[in-house]
Order: sequence, then structure tokens, then C-alpha cells
Amino acid sequence: MRSKYETFKIGIKDVAPHLLSVFPFGIIFGAIGIELGFSPLFTYATSLIIFGGASQIVFLQLLSGGASSLIAITSVGIINSRHFLYGAVLSEYLQKLSLIKKLFISYFIVDQGFAVSNQYFKKNPTEKFNHYHLIGSGIILWFIWQVSTIIGIYLGSIVPEELGLKFAIPLTFIAIIVNELRKFDHVLVMLISGLAATFFYNAPFKTYIIISPLIGLFAAMIINRLKK
Amino acid sequence: MTWTSIFIAGILTYFTRMSMVTLIRKEMISDNLRKILNYVPSVVFPSIIFPGVLLDDFGAFVTISDPKIFGAMTALIIGFFTRNVILTIVSGLSSYWIVIFIF
Repeated sequence: MRSKYETFKIGIKDVAPHLLSVFPFGIIFGAIGIELGFSPLFTYATSLIIFGGASQIVFLQLLSGGASSLIAITSVGIINSRHFLYGAVLSEYLQKLSLIKKLFISYFIVDQGFAVSNQYFKKNPTEKFNHYHLIGSGIILWFIWQVSTIIGIYLGSIVPEELGLKFAIPLTFIAIIVNELRKFDHVLVMLISGLAATFFYNAPFKTYIIISPLIGLFAAMIINRLKK
Repeated sequence: MTWTSIFIAGILTYFTRMSMVTLIRKEMISDNLRKILNYVPSVVFPSIIFPGVLLDDFGAFVTISDPKIFGAMTALIIGFFTRNVILTIVSGLSSYWIVIFIF
């Protein structure tokens, strides 16, 4: 049985490689906020209060482009609606916790943390303090996101745009799913949701981010039925 | 006004994170549903990867010789064989830069 602290440290260690892309992305975000004409405080506040990379960029872009607050807020909600799926997957592993602990941990549920902690939970289903893995991965991601946003706000303009550091995000997600490429049904489902996302990319309010995974899950349902 | 919208967007985002964790009970998840939930990473991440690689900032298709396609293919191959996250990201980014800065 691993202790709380050990599990916490494994969570940090497991997600650490992904900081390689989270860190530059945070810098880019901070720089974009300033470039769009927002104050350092306002730009930083989105990292603390919303804490969701891509949705923060869209939020500031829409506001600076003259969109209404309602449109900006709706877009953030839709982009982040993928967390419903993460929560549904994680609920099983967190269900014995008290409500307060659940509410605390929830704030730290983000893409990379969800991905690595979910893998850990599947491999270690009987460990008692598994949720400390998610706290570890979540807190370090949170910390790096806050720090990199602040660095980006003040120093982001010296990072050359030609570096195309935004590309680090698709790469970090490729690193997450690359192991599943060994399973044919997963490959099929990935292709379906990926192509659906490309097809629906221009749908209003960034709805492709939730439509495509749902199409993918529906495909997974059919595949599972056919397998029987 | 815009400060209010940050808070509303933040509360909304927090709601997407906490709702399922607090509302779902184990008995609500059937074996079939659990099987489907296994696919969540495989449906969410490609939905971000594909447009991120295949489309440009304006939502139009990039050409086949785009550095992003080269970088993503390199990352896929290196990641598949090494199963190493750092190598996947570094190989993808460096091959992307090679195409941008050398060719």
C-alpha cells in the first residue's frame, strides 16, 4: 500500500513530461492576453479563475473582438464541457471521498492530469490513496500554468512567434493517446472523432470540441455491440 | 462587466469539473457504460489533435507539406515505438522547427 505522499509524488512525476508543453503554452497565453490589450491582472485572473488553457484564449479573443460577454462565456462553457466526460470517468475512483474533498479535487481536473491519473487508477485499482495521484498531477499542472501565464504576461513578447509553440498542445495530446494506437477499435474511434472534429471545426461556439467526442463514443458503442 | 464574465466563465468551468464527480454513484455506471467510458481519452484528444494539425488558424486545410503534418507524423512514430512522452514532444517540435527554419 502506497502512502498519500508517495502517491502524490508519483502523480507529479507521471505528469511532469507534459509540463514541457504546458509551460510554453502558458507563456503564449500570457503574451496573447497582453497583445489583445488586456491588463496583466485581467489576463492572469482567467488563469486562476477559469484555469483552462484553450478556453482562456478563446474567451479573450472573443471579448477583444467585440463579442458580447454572453457569447464569450458560452464558448468557454462549451470548450470546457469535455470535463463532464473526464468527471464521469474519474467518479468511480473518487466516489468514496467526502464531498469537500471531491469539490477540492475537481478544481484540478485538466486534460493532462486526467489522462495520466486515469492510467494510474486503471493500473492500481486497489490502492487506497489513489486520489492523491490526481492531486499531485493537478497541483503541479496548476502551479506551472499560473507561473507560465505570469512569465508570458511580462516576458511573452520576447518569444518569437515563428517558433509556433502552440503546436506543443497537439503534440502533448499525441503523447497521451499514442499507446492506444495498438488497439484497433481505439484507432477506429480516434479516426472517427478526429475527422468529425475537423469537419465540424467551423460550427458555432466551438461546439466541435464536444460534438466530436460524442460521435466517437457513439461509434465506440456500435463497435462494442458488433464485437459481441 | 467583463470582470463579472470571468467569474461566470470560471463558475461554469468549475461546474463542468465537479458535477459528474459529485453526482455519479457507482451503481449508476453499468458494465456497458464503463466499457464506453474507457474510450473517453481516445475520443476527446483526437478531437483536439486533428484540427490542431490539419487546419490553420482560420479553419482552412493546410497543405500536405505543412510543417505541422511532418511534426505530428514524427511524434506519432517516435511515440509509438518509444512510449516516451518527452521524446514524443521533443521529436515532434524539433522536426516541425527543422521544416520551418531549414527548408
